[in-house]
Amino acid sequence: MVNQLLFLYCAGVITAMGLLAVNFKNPVYSVLSVMVLFFHVAGLYLLLNAEFLAAIQIIVYAGAILVLYLFVLFLVSLRKEVKIERFIASHKISTLVSLALGGCLLAVIPSFKLGAKGQYPVARVEQLTHTKAMGLELYSNYILPFEIAGLILLIAVIGGLVLARNEKEVKE
Amino acid sequence: MQILTIVLQIAILLAIVLLHVAYATYFERKIIGHMQVRLGPMMVGYHGLLQPIADGIKSFFKEDIVPEQADRPLFLFAPVICLVTMLTSLAVIPFAKGWVLADINIGLLFIFAMSSLASYGVILAGWASNSKYTFLGGLRSMAQVISYELPLGLSLVGVMMLSGSLNLTTIVDSQGSSFSSMYLFPQLIGFFVFFVAMLAETNRVPFDLPEAETELVSGYITEYSGMRYALFFMAEYIGMMVMSSIGTICFLGGWNGPFEVPFFPPFWFILKVYGFLFLFIWIRATLPRYRYDQLMALGWKLLLPLALLNIFLTGLFKILVH
Repeated sequence: MVNQLLFLYCAGVITAMGLLAVNFKNPVYSVLSVMVLFFHVAGLYLLLNAEFLAAIQIIVYAGAILVLYLFVLFLVSLRKEVKIERFIASHKISTLVSLALGGCLLAVIPSFKLGAKGQYPVARVEQLTHTKAMGLELYSNYILPFEIAGLILLIAVIGGLVLARNEKEVKE
Repeated sequence: MQILTIVLQIAILLAIVLLHVAYATYFERKIIGHMQVRLGPMMVGYHGLLQPIADGIKSFFKEDIVPEQADRPLFLFAPVICLVTMLTSLAVIPFAKGWVLADINIGLLFIFAMSSLASYGVILAGWASNSKYTFLGGLRSMAQVISYELPLGLSLVGVMMLSGSLNLTTIVDSQGSSFSSMYLFPQLIGFFVFFVAMLAETNRVPFDLPEAETELVSGYITEYSGMRYALFFMAEYIGMMVMSSIGTICFLGGWNGPFEVPFFPPFWFILKVYGFLFLFIWIRATLPRYRYDQLMALGWKLLLPLALLNIFLTGLFKILVH
């Protein structure tokens, strides 16, 4: 019962903050509402006994990525508001399309079924601690996807370095 | 009933920690005074012993000024973020065997999460005050926190590998109670990286660029006054205490000491934390401030590779021993 209430609270706040993030005029406020959103996503992880993921969610997303977003926001001049032309000129068509999309999403809810129980029910995770359970799985059964993800990130880092490198420094 | 006991425990912990914070400022002023051949506070009470209380009352009754051009809600909220995140991390610190509010499995990660969130307070304070000095202070703090969080986290990975746990109580227990089994010795590189990153993370000298008095008035807190200024101040000192506690827990064997003190098990823990605080103050009295590019070079070119090397060596050692 308490768990369900907590889930409803987290889900409600996540939705509300998502909406606020899109609607705030001031981008700094948008970033802050996304931060609150990340907190409640971490709350959802905690409800699932995934404490390691919850901590990583806050450290990586709230603590590092959002701070970088703020950095970019501060360094870009906000005096001139960016105005982009609408993709679809008519307001009516866009309302219709979004309503239809929403209807589709609602329509697939009944087909949602719980999958078969895996190797890690709550009791086992609690006994192993979530960090250990995740580490064991990640470095044994999922080592290849893990390495591939690492490689992709490495490529991104090298790409960032190449882009950020100053041409003048190279010539000297 | 259970909730009531927890609330009571939290209240006691808060009261004790805030009292320690008040006297940590006295400690600092006295030590710096003596190191600079002055006496430090002498006027209020015997040898100035009541000075922190006088300071507290003063800042409490001072006017809380909000600049006209400031972003009012964020300006008011920023010091609260700073203090709350710092106070929250106190919950997972074990002061002695069983003396911990929340003995969670991810204690160490929780502290990282909270300390990375505390930077929001600083950044938002800098931005919301709408002044060039505070803004520069906020930007510097942001860059500093991002660059030093990595070595700070990686320096403790060695400790995690040796103890096999993220739970702070388990980390202390796995070090055993003898002097030579402290993680300080196998993790000497890790401790060095941790110590330097800790100074940077808490914005202390020689890494106090966010509030460099000589160039930025006092950085992100320039526009704050009265109680809100005091909140930042408390957050900084609690941050120092939390980081000292982490150092004590991860490298110095936590509450274990040469002999057990009856009736007061956290004795050694508190002594070690104060040892760290003394180091903080000593460094403040001796070292000049780093230049900004030196700060970045140190973080990325020295501390980060050293921390990675430490992880590699610890892993290698573990494999060879097994």
